[in-house]
Formats: sequence, structure tokens, C-alpha cells
Amino acid sequence: MDLAFTKEEQAFREEVREFFRGNVPPDTRRKLVEGRHLSKDEMVTWWRILNKKGWGTSHWPKQYGGTGWTSVQHYIFNEELQSYPAPQPLAFGVSMVGPVIYTFGNEEQKKQYLPRIANVDDWWCQGFSEPGSGSDLASLKTKAERKGDKWIINGQKTWTTLAQHADMIFCLCRTDATAKKQMGISFIVFDMKSKGVTVRPIQTIDGGVEVNEVFFDDVEVPYENLIGEENKGWDYAKFLLGNERTGIARVGVSKERLRRIRDLASKVESGGKPIIQDAAFREKLAACEIELKALELTQLRVVADEGKHGKGKPNPASSVLKIKGSEIQQTTTELLMEVIGPFAAPYDVHGDDGSNEAMDWTAQIAPSYFNNRKVSIYGGSNEIQRNIIAKAVLGL
Amino acid sequence: MDFDLNEEQRLLKESIDGLLTDSYDFESRKKYMKEKGGWSKAVWGKLAEQGLLGLPFGEADGGFGGGGVETMIVMEALGKALVLEPYLATVVIGGGFLRHAGSDAQKAAHVPGIVDGSETLAFAQLEKNSRYDLFDVSTTAKKKGDGWVIDGEKFVVLNGENADTLIVTARTKGERRDKSGIGVFLVPASAKGVTKKSYPTQDGMHAADITFTGVEVGADAALGNPDDSLALIERVVDEARVALCAEAVGLMDESLKTTVEYIKTRKQFGVAIGSFQSLQHRASDMFVAAEQARSMSMFATMAADFEDAKERSNAIAAAKVQIGKSLKYVGQQAIQLHGGIGMTMEAKIGHYFKRLTMIENSFGDTDYHQRRVADGGGLI
Repeated sequence: MDLAFTKEEQAFREEVREFFRGNVPPDTRRKLVEGRHLSKDEMVTWWRILNKKGWGTSHWPKQYGGTGWTSVQHYIFNEELQSYPAPQPLAFGVSMVGPVIYTFGNEEQKKQYLPRIANVDDWWCQGFSEPGSGSDLASLKTKAERKGDKWIINGQKTWTTLAQHADMIFCLCRTDATAKKQMGISFIVFDMKSKGVTVRPIQTIDGGVEVNEVFFDDVEVPYENLIGEENKGWDYAKFLLGNERTGIARVGVSKERLRRIRDLASKVESGGKPIIQDAAFREKLAACEIELKALELTQLRVVADEGKHGKGKPNPASSVLKIKGSEIQQTTTELLMEVIGPFAAPYDVHGDDGSNEAMDWTAQIAPSYFNNRKVSIYGGSNEIQRNIIAKAVLGL
Repeated sequence: MDFDLNEEQRLLKESIDGLLTDSYDFESRKKYMKEKGGWSKAVWGKLAEQGLLGLPFGEADGGFGGGGVETMIVMEALGKALVLEPYLATVVIGGGFLRHAGSDAQKAAHVPGIVDGSETLAFAQLEKNSRYDLFDVSTTAKKKGDGWVIDGEKFVVLNGENADTLIVTARTKGERRDKSGIGVFLVPASAKGVTKKSYPTQDGMHAADITFTGVEVGADAALGNPDDSLALIERVVDEARVALCAEAVGLMDESLKTTVEYIKTRKQFGVAIGSFQSLQHRASDMFVAAEQARSMSMFATMAADFEDAKERSNAIAAAKVQIGKSLKYVGQQAIQLHGGIGMTMEAKIGHYFKRLTMIENSFGDTDYHQRRVADGGGLI
């Protein structure tokens, strides 16, 4: 057992830090620190800088433009990225559809899509959830019918994150209505500008527009846009969701936020002195930091295990990451609310693309608190995670 | 970055798990509890035979040169089997003082006896009003000739009933809560002026309240600097906290395992109660709590070797907080999921709960350590 990073790993951390210092646009960083929304342009600009460096698709196999880093290097990179902070790569492209395409797609598809995913020439969105299919995803109803060399797609997706920016969608569609529910699903990708695709924004309780409903009305899609085999889509979806086990804890994000809370709490006054001098507040902050330290260690256990034994057999501790990671993220936003007190009230009426610089950053705190309620709901709600632990780990 | 045990450590784990599986089932434990001082000399002898009592001592002192990870392995195993024998008091704490501050003569006088099992120790530290502050010492050690005269009262001294040698914290200078002027003394339990009131503890172990009345010891009784040993005490107690964290992880593992087995077999309404989602979620949360505790136990084990004393104690305090929160959840829910049977002395789960509960209040509870982390500037 050894907690220390090797010299090479420490040097790597320095290299990553150095690159962020020199290359993340300062305004982008500031907006993230202040909890503001980034515009599409700001995000894409950064992702292209990252891609040019060769770090945009770091976890892909080398032959498709990956870095060949060890598990620990990936961990360090993510931690530094999250805590700098800089925008994380667009998960829908880089972490989700990319790996499905290089693993199950044909050569033509790899050539066509992978470079464009890496450079965010196409912004991808995820067509999984439906109004009637949340945690019970396999009950989805969106239908793709084969007609000659085309699919005709009808149905509706929802909670489609940033679909307003999207050029492409990867979609789970029912292609065999007679099969058992997991067996009749296919994984199809298509252009969001296709005739018959309608995007309707959903305003969430933070006031922002991050998610959308997407309607398909006789959308014609070339047959070759099917990824892998027909009716095997459920397997690809499971592969996709299992691909990112450790990033979900978002330890770096919470670390950055806690540093910010400590900093703010030494400036904002309560009872005539900085709120950090209030013993009750300080202990709440310490409690959260301790929880985060435990989570960080749990994550490192999973990372070290993957590095040694490969990703084949998931470490039982990995199921802890989603539950604790989301709870801690939520606690950090609660603590921010507490620090800012009555100045949480002003409401920032911003658009759906970028931030309203006229409003003070304090106006972002309550929206961030409201918005973060989602983290225990998405990606398999925490109740689903508990079901998974009960079944897969405890054998109940 | 590595959280795996090496080959030797794996063998150590197998050997102690094997020993305890053979000699420490729940029924045997009840018998050991009735022996003098609340533990079994025969089991202690077996631990000595396997070299476990000499584990952390240097080879030059007759030990096996084990480090923190080895102690973690042993403490986890002892927790898992709910062991009563005084490993913490004798090997971890007593041994810790000797390793960190013992002169060659002091080590020669005590280490061989610890290693072969013929000598056990106890740490006489807690006082009526000191609670968790290690520097809060009223017991005095006054110079007399070359030696010292010790006067004062110590409470809840684990293994105080059986110990051959007591390690006593006493003030040589200054006022009750001064941080300097504190010494650590080796006192034979049979010394004139030592009186004991022994009793069982809630978790089935034994402790004693010990009064020192004009107890005379020689110059060679002082471990380290008799006028300035708080740093030494803090270091050894930090190691004891780390050991308790590991023991708690063993206890939590076994509590969770026992509970999951129980709800898989207990039937109500015609089905195993483990098929109910409300119980499944409770068990899942116990698992999460136990894993977070395991992570922090490993962290504390490695932090015990940090060069910087402040960084070390901050990390260990944080671990004790996590362990305290986790053990409370796991312990309480284990009883709840067992239902009525969990309330009885017949079922072993209650005994795990009781030991876990006592660990929370040993060497600083959750609030105490959380305050330490908060006042020390946090962890990020």
C-alpha cells in the first residue's frame, strides 16, 4: 500500500497544470468559477485547444487519437481539469458515442465520425430518456421502421441535454416491437437538422435551459446510420453507461467549490466578523471536506484497481462514487447558499447561450443550488444506485 | 498509488484470519470473557506464537519490523472476530511508547516480554475531567532523588486489571492544562501505592480505575523527556486512533455481512425480508458507509507516517470522524434490520454494535475530531 504518486505522475500533474495556466481562456475560467453559463462558442473554442494538444479524447485507444495514459494519469488529468477549473470535454461525443463507434461501428463510420467528434465539428446529444422511460429506460417507445435503405423514425425523447446546440444525435429506437423489451432496441445516429426533428426547450428550476424535448415526426435516416447490429442497441447503451465509472464522482469539481467557499467565507461577514469564524459554519464545512476526502480515497482505490487489474471486473467500491459524489456536490451548493445569505435572492434572467455579465456573480449561487438537485437524479438516480448495490454487491 | 497488500501482507492476513476462525467463534468468546481480566491467556499465547505480538518492533529489538499496514491488517482481523485480548493496549500503545521513546534498557526490559506474551501493558491516561484532551493532566510526578513520586487518579484504563506494567501520563511541571511539563512513566502494576478498581466494560472487555498514592519509581521510569512529552503522547495516541479505525472497519464488515445474511434468510409475509426495497436501500447505505470508512482507514494508516505532525494529526482526525459517522450508521441499522433478535445478548450482532459504539468514544469522538479539523484549517 502506498498513497504517494510517483515522480513521473507528479511531473505529469505539473505539465497538465502548466498547460491549463497557459491555454484556458481566462474569461472561460472566471465564468466557471463564478458559476456562470458558458456560450457554445466559449466551450467549443476550449475543446478545440484541448484537441489540438491531443488531450481532447485522452481515454480513446491510441489508434483513434487517444493518449495511452495510465488510469492514474487519467485521474490526475480529470482532477486538474475540474479543479482548475476548465470545461470538461463534451461527454455526449467524447465519452459516450465516440467509444460506441470505435468499438461497434464499421470502418466507414469510424472515419466519418471520430475526427469530427474529437474536434467538436459536430455537437452530439443523447437520445435515450423518454417521457415514459426514465429509470426504466428499456421501456422506450421511439420507433425506427426500416423502409428500403432508410429508417423512418417516430417518437419523442426528453431531458436531451444541450440539444439546442446539437448537430447530431445518437438515439435508442425500438426496431422490433415483438421482442422482449431489451432485445428490440437499435442504436441509430442522425443529423439534428433532418426534416421532422423538432427541439422544444425545457426551462429547469434554476431558470436555465439545459435540457430539451426532442420530437421525431417521420424523420428519414439512411440505413447505414445504424451503429453495430440491429436490435443490439441495449448492449451498446449499457457499454456506454458503464464506460465512465470514476468521472461521475466529480471530486475535482467539489474540491474547487470548497476552496471557493472557504475563500468567500473569509470575506463575507456575519455578526460583524467573517463567517468562517463562526464555529458552527466551520464545522459544517469541515464535515463536507472530510466526506470529500473519503470519496477521493474511494475513487483512488477504484482507479488504482483499474490500473492494476484492468476495467473488466468493477471494484465494488465504484458504486459508492455516484451516490456520495452527488450528495457532496449538493452539499457544496448548500454551503454556498449559506455563505451568501440574503444575496442569494437576485435573479439573473439570462438567455440559453452564455452568461449575463450585467448581474453580479452572486446571482448564480441559488441557480447552482437548484440546478444541482439534478445530480442525484440523472445517470441512474441514487435510488437506482442503491438497487444496484443491493443486487450486484450484496446479493439481495 | 497502490491500495493492494503485498505478498507478505496477504500471508499475514490469511494467517491471522485462519487463527481467529479456529479459536474465536462466538461461543468461545463468551468463555474467554469469564477469565481473569476478561481475556484468554491461551489465545494471547497463540498470537505470540504466530509472531503477532512482536509485529511492530524492530528486528534488533526482537520484533518483526512490521509497519502501519501490518497493524491495520491485524486490527481489522481482531475487529472482525470481536477479539477481547489487549492488543491495542499492549502492542499498539505500550509498544508505541517503547518504539518511539524507549531507551535501549527500557526496550530490553519490556519488549521481549511483550513479544513472547508474558507481559501485557495498559495506558493510564484518562482523568476525571480531562475528557479527550491529552494535555489535560492533573496527576503529578514529583522529583525525589533520582526518581519520581506519582500521585493521581486514572480512569477506564483498558486491560488495567491484568496489565503487568502501566504507562502513566503525569505532570512534572506547570498547571493542569499546560501543554508542556507532561511526562510518560513506566510503572509496575505491583508497585506500592497502586490501587485498582476493576470492572467489565460495555463491549465485554475489562478496565480499571487506578489510584496512584505516593508511588515511587526510579529515574529509568521516564519514557522520553519527562518535562515535554506531549508530542510523544499525541503520536502514540494517533497510532491508537488509526488502529481503532481499522478495528472498526473489521467490525463494520462483519456487521454488514451478518445483517445481509440475516435478511436473506429471515422470512415474513412468506418472503425473505431482504426482498423488500426499503431494507435493501438501508443495506446499500450501510455498504456505502463501510466503504467510505475503509477508504479513510487506509488513508489514516498511510498518514501515520507523514513527516509533518500537523498534517498527520489532521488526517487521522478526519479519519476518526468518518469512522465515527460510519460506525454509528452501520451499527444502528444492523440492529434495526435484525429486528427484535438484534436486541438480545444471544445474537452476536448486538455485541458488534456495542464494541463499535465504544470505539466512537475512544480517544476523541466525532464532534471532537471534527472540531480539530475545522480549527486546523480544513482538509482541502
